[in-house]
Amino acid sequence: MITAERKPLEEIIDSVKPFQRILLVGCNECVTVCAAGGRKEVGILASALQMNFMKAGQTIDIKELTLERQCDPEYVEELSTHMDQVDAVLSMACGCGVQEIARRYKDKPVLPAVNTKFMGASERQGVWAERCQGCGDCLLGLTGGICPIARCSKRLLNGPCGGSTNGKCEISPEVDCVWQLIWDRLKALGMEDRYEDIMPAKNWQTGRGGGPRKIIREDLAE
Amino acid sequence: MKTESTLEKILASGNLAVTSECGPPRGAVPDKVKEKAEMLRGYVDAVNVTDNQTAMVRMSSFAACVIIKQMGMDPILQMVTRDRNRLAMQADILGAYAHGIDTMLCLSGDHPHFGDHPQAMNVHDIDSIQFVQMVHTMREKGTFQGGDDIINPPKMFIGAAANPFADPFELRVARLAKKAKAGADFVQTQCIYNLDKFETWMKGVVDRGLHEKVHVLAGVTPMKTAGMARYMKNKVPGMDVPDEIVDRMAGVPKEKQAEEGIKICVESIQRLKDVEGVSGFHIMAIEWEQKVPEIVKKAGLYPRPEIA
Amino acid sequence: MKQFEPVIVAFCCHYCAYTAADMAGSKRLSYPANVNIVRVPCSGKVDAIHLMKAFEKGADGVYVAGCLEGDCHFKNGNTKVARRVAYVKKLLDEIGIGGERLEMFYMSAGMGERFARVATEMTKKIRKLGPNPTKAMSTGNQGEAVA
Repeated sequence: MITAERKPLEEIIDSVKPFQRILLVGCNECVTVCAAGGRKEVGILASALQMNFMKAGQTIDIKELTLERQCDPEYVEELSTHMDQVDAVLSMACGCGVQEIARRYKDKPVLPAVNTKFMGASERQGVWAERCQGCGDCLLGLTGGICPIARCSKRLLNGPCGGSTNGKCEISPEVDCVWQLIWDRLKALGMEDRYEDIMPAKNWQTGRGGGPRKIIREDLAE
Repeated sequence: MKTESTLEKILASGNLAVTSECGPPRGAVPDKVKEKAEMLRGYVDAVNVTDNQTAMVRMSSFAACVIIKQMGMDPILQMVTRDRNRLAMQADILGAYAHGIDTMLCLSGDHPHFGDHPQAMNVHDIDSIQFVQMVHTMREKGTFQGGDDIINPPKMFIGAAANPFADPFELRVARLAKKAKAGADFVQTQCIYNLDKFETWMKGVVDRGLHEKVHVLAGVTPMKTAGMARYMKNKVPGMDVPDEIVDRMAGVPKEKQAEEGIKICVESIQRLKDVEGVSGFHIMAIEWEQKVPEIVKKAGLYPRPEIA
Repeated sequence: MKQFEPVIVAFCCHYCAYTAADMAGSKRLSYPANVNIVRVPCSGKVDAIHLMKAFEKGADGVYVAGCLEGDCHFKNGNTKVARRVAYVKKLLDEIGIGGERLEMFYMSAGMGERFARVATEMTKKIRKLGPNPTKAMSTGNQGEAVA
C-alpha cells in the first residue's frame, strides 16, 4: 500500500487559516489501512481543527467526507455537489488523491493534510515499512523476494557493503541490513550460488529516471 | 602491464607495495594538500586521495590528485558512487586520466547520514562492483558504460575496498571474488586490528586463488589514544577492534599511548608480511600523516623500490 | 467570584469502573457531581474520536477508567485504550488544549473508594487548570454543554 503520515497540526492549521469553509476529504484505501487519512482520521482532524479555532474565538466550517478512492476520477466526482459551498479542500489522501482533486476542481485550492511516505507493508500492528520503490523492472526473483533497491540504504545491487554489522545497517541499529536478509534467504532456498553472479548496472529508465511514467492498456483504454 | 600505474609496477615486481592516504582539506587550501603529501614523499608508492570522506564536503579528490601529481608523486583517485551518477563519474575519470592520474579506488562511500549534509540525496546510480566493472570496460573495451566508443580510453589501474570484518563473514571472500570478477586489480582492506580474523579471511582468499587475480593490500591505522581505540571498537560500523588492543592502549600512560599505537601498527605489519596473499600495506594514518615515515621505516618497508 | 465548576466526562468500563461507581454510591462515598459517567462495554471501546468530541463539546476534563492490568474482560481493551489516550494527549497539546486534561485510570469493580478518589482528584486538578480553552472566548456557558 501507499503509506502516509499526518502532517504536524501546526502546519495544517497554518495552511487552512485563510479559509472559512473547508471540505476535509479522506480516502478509504491505503491511507485508511495505515491509519493516516481514513474516516476515523478525518473525524479526529476535523475535531482538532475545530477546537483550535474555537480557542481563538473563531469558527471554521468543516465538512467531512471520505471517498472510496481519491485517486479515481469516478469517486472524486462525488465532491462536485459540495464544491460551491467550500473555499478550499483539505485532503487526507496520498499525493495521488490530492492531485486528482486539483485536476478535477481547477478553481479550488487543495491542501495536503498528510505526508505521503512510501510503498510498504505492515510489519505488525501500527508499524509500516518500505518495501518497493517502483523501479519498473522487478528483480525480486533474483534476490530471494527481498528488494535491495527499496531496502538497502545505498541501493546496492551487489551488497552487502562493509558497514553491515550483526545483520543491521550502518546507518542505524534499527534498520535491517537487507543484504543479510537476502543472503539468509538465498541460503534457505539453496540458491547461494546466485550470490556471485554480478548484477549489472541498473537501467533506471523504467523508473523515475526516465521521466514521469504512464501505463496504457490498449484493451481497456477508451 | 595493463596501465602506466606505478603501483601496478611495484606489485608486478613482487615487492610489497605501500600506500597511504591524504584527506583533502575542508577549504580551497592547496598548500594543505601539498603539506600532507610532502610528508609521504619517498615513503609510499602511491597516495590515496579520499572523496568526501565520511560524507563531509572536502576539496574534490580529483583536484587534490592533480596537485599531488604536479608534485611528481603518484595519487590514487578515490571515487564514491554516493555523490555522482555514471555520467559524472566517467567524465571525471576522463579528466583525471588526462592529467596523468592512472590509479583509482572505486567505492560506494559512507552514507550521507554520517556527514555534514544529511539532507543530501545519495545518488548510488551504480554500486561499487558495477563501478569497477565500468572502469574495467572503459580500459579493456574502450567503451563507455552506455556502449559508445571512447577516444583514447583511460587506462586505470583499478582498486576496490574489502572489509573482512563486516557481516556476514561467510560472504566476505565471495564478495572479494565478485570484485575480482568485475575487474579489480587490487583491494585495500579495512583497518586490521583482529589479525586472527584477517588471517582466516585471507586463507579463504588464497584457497580460492583470488590473491593471484587481485592484489590484497592490508589496511592498518595507528591508534593515537585509548579513547580512539574504544571509539573505533564501539562506534565505527564494520570495524573489529579486539579487547586486547583496547586494553593494551589503555594499559600505558596517556603520554605514551601514541607511541604504543605506532608499536601495535608496526607489529601488525610485521606479522601480516608473512601472511600468504598479502601484497602490500595501506597505511591510513588519519590526520597523522607525519607518522607514516616512522611506521614504514620501523616495519622494514624502507627504502621504497625504484621502479622505472 | 463564583468558583469554576468543571465538566468532567468519565468513560467507565461496565465491568470495573462503572460497578465501582455503583459501589461508591451504595457505600455512601461522596464524589463530585462534576463527573459525568458514560458507561462503555469495555474501556477499549473508547476511540480517539470520542475523547476529542467530548472536549469539542465542552468538557473541561476527560478520563477513561478501565480494568486493572491483565483483568480486561476482553483481554486487552484497557491497554489498547491507554495507548489511544496517550496519542490524544499529544494531539491536545498540539492544539493548545493541554494533554493534562485527559487521563487514564485503572480500577477493579470492588474499588469504590478508588473510584471516588479518582473522581475527586481529577475534579480538583481540572478546577485548577481552569476551563477548556475552547470556551475561553465565549462567556457564561461554562459547564453547560456536554455529556
